Amino acid sequence: MGDPVFSVSPGTLAAILGMTAATYLCRTLGVFLMARVPLNKPIRDGLAALPGSIIVAVVLPLAVKAGPTGILALAVAIGVMLIRRNELLAMLVGLGTAALARAAGL
Amino acid sequence: MSVSGPVRADKVTRAGLLLGARLTVPLWPGIIVFAMAYGTAAVQKGLSVAEAMLASGLVFAGAAQLVALEAWTDHWTLGAILLVSVVTFTVNARIILMGASLQPWIAPIPGRIVWPSLALLTDANWVIAERYRAEGGRDAGVMIGAGLMLWVVWLTTTLPGALLGRMVQDPTRYAIDLVLPVFFSAMAVPLWKGRRDTIAWTMAGIVSVATWWLVPGYLFMVTGALAGAITGAILGMRDDG
Repeated sequence: MGDPVFSVSPGTLAAILGMTAATYLCRTLGVFLMARVPLNKPIRDGLAALPGSIIVAVVLPLAVKAGPTGILALAVAIGVMLIRRNELLAMLVGLGTAALARAAGL
Repeated sequence: MSVSGPVRADKVTRAGLLLGARLTVPLWPGIIVFAMAYGTAAVQKGLSVAEAMLASGLVFAGAAQLVALEAWTDHWTLGAILLVSVVTFTVNARIILMGASLQPWIAPIPGRIVWPSLALLTDANWVIAERYRAEGGRDAGVMIGAGLMLWVVWLTTTLPGALLGRMVQDPTRYAIDLVLPVFFSAMAVPLWKGRRDTIAWTMAGIVSVATWWLVPGYLFMVTGALAGAITGAILGMRDDG
């Protein structure tokens, strides 16, 4: 083992570079491929539904996993956003609700 | 639906960069806690502080960095390096779809700006850019500025976690663990454009939860998002036919 603060082992560096390459591939692959796909109507309609679908697909299982407080926090945040269109306020109220609910033992 | 043409990003301005940086501020508490947790976990796994900082600076993908620690080792064979890279790819596969959804918007921006900027593409600056775009925004600087700001916060706050260790006792207490999901779902509200989205997003939710239930890992993000996009495309054909 080298110095716990400054050492960088060749193997670890290679692993980090492999992870960096894999992540950069994810970051660029969708842009690269979409530039080569004709933007016909089905593709445009699919792309129109994609951002919201990504959000739902990423967040919903995480909320279910977090339990009732997770679902409550999301519902409250969405409700605030519908009324006020202010994401900072939505976050504060949503997270505050979850913190209170957890403190109450939910 | 809308009769105007699609919104395209046709510039990168200083004002856009600053706006993007500012729009990340609500996320800072969540990112700081997450980065400190990564720094702590990395050092506990045997990484040096410098290695943890390199990982945060170069990989810049929190969930993937944490999951990769599960496959970490002291003896790096080619197989172990490949395994960690493949694990990273699967955790980050959702970003492929984020890039695909942004591509028509950033298409007019020159490649010498786009390809380096994409190194900063992550969940938070993607959703900030999508929201800005949905409101008619044309400045790709918003995406880049948000990415840069997130990178600086992520990298700098990995350091105290790695140096001090165990600073983050229980992220669930102040609901810090919910910062990103709550931000994400609030940002979906301004993206909603009508009945077609309601049906497509519902399908995305059903398929992602079902996949999450049935298949271990992070496949649920990709299957759910694709199911929503395909539903949107089918509904488009039906509405015309």
